[in-house]
Amino acid sequence: MKKYSSGISFNLISRQKLLELSSEEKLKFILKEVKKGKILVLEYGLTPMEQTNLIEDTMKEIEQDTFIGVEMEGYGQDSPTFFQKLFGVGKRPRMTLIGPADLLHMVKKDNNMIQTKIIPGHGAK
Amino acid sequence: MGLFKKGSLSAILQKIFGKKHAKIGIYGPPNVGKTTLANRILRDWTGDIMGSVSEIPHETRRAKWKRDVKVDNGNSSLFMDIVDTPGISTKVDFKDFMNTYGLSKDEAKRRAKEATEGVIEAIKWLEGIDGVLLVMDSTQDPFTQVNVTILGNLEARNLPVLIAANKIDMEESSPATLKSAFPQHPVVPISALTGYNSDNLYTTMVSHFGKRRRKKRR
Repeated sequence: MKKYSSGISFNLISRQKLLELSSEEKLKFILKEVKKGKILVLEYGLTPMEQTNLIEDTMKEIEQDTFIGVEMEGYGQDSPTFFQKLFGVGKRPRMTLIGPADLLHMVKKDNNMIQTKIIPGHGAK
Repeated sequence: MGLFKKGSLSAILQKIFGKKHAKIGIYGPPNVGKTTLANRILRDWTGDIMGSVSEIPHETRRAKWKRDVKVDNGNSSLFMDIVDTPGISTKVDFKDFMNTYGLSKDEAKRRAKEATEGVIEAIKWLEGIDGVLLVMDSTQDPFTQVNVTILGNLEARNLPVLIAANKIDMEESSPATLKSAFPQHPVVPISALTGYNSDNLYTTMVSHFGKRRRKKRR
């Protein structure tokens, strides 16, 4: 595994940047960054279909000695209100945290809070 | 020539009264008891079993299926193709198999490689199924990303989901937590190991998966 002692990179990816990318581009971008050891906070998360595709892509990318997969945590999609539905607004993904599975660990998750911990010694600068 | 083309009358009746046949996928994270449940269903309705079970995660690394399993709830019945899928996870670390379960390095690496292929295969099966029996471990926190992702995916496809809150024979199980976590779906507490409450599961399967429902296109 990659080991760095000088800190862990934590990148907040804006909604605008994510909306500019196609699903395929988004997943490529995420996996590329996570494989470098970065933790990403997506302001506008992934749809359930994209999450499933990310799991599939992650499995294809696993390298047993360097990349064991991802930790991904977020909430289900926001449901639109009655009036939003009238104007064609669909379900919207919510903020999501994604990182390398050897670095980012979920501790507890419920309807109100997602608690994670970072395992020191792994990840990118 | 008859009034209806061959098969069209039965298709119309099926549209009105519901399904008579459905392909049901058994999904969930690794080690929640998917194969134990598949074995329970098959043993109860066909006298057969689906596959081997183990305490080591990712024991099922290829999807297995059994066709035309007739499940009866007393009033009606449903023929199901039961598909037992490999556990879905976002990570597979061969060292877990070595450190926790004592496998050799070579065996652990082989199992990990097959496990990643199994996850991909399980996801691909989502394309062809009519409904999902989502197995969750009622002794564990239900808010895992795998559970949330699978449910979101199935909701997006408008596929019927029935949650089997498994392992209720264990003291620390809490099916009520699971019910409150996913109130939008039917949850049936069961013990696939002992068969406890399996009759309730079968009744719910026939009624829930037999309903007429239109699939959404992706």
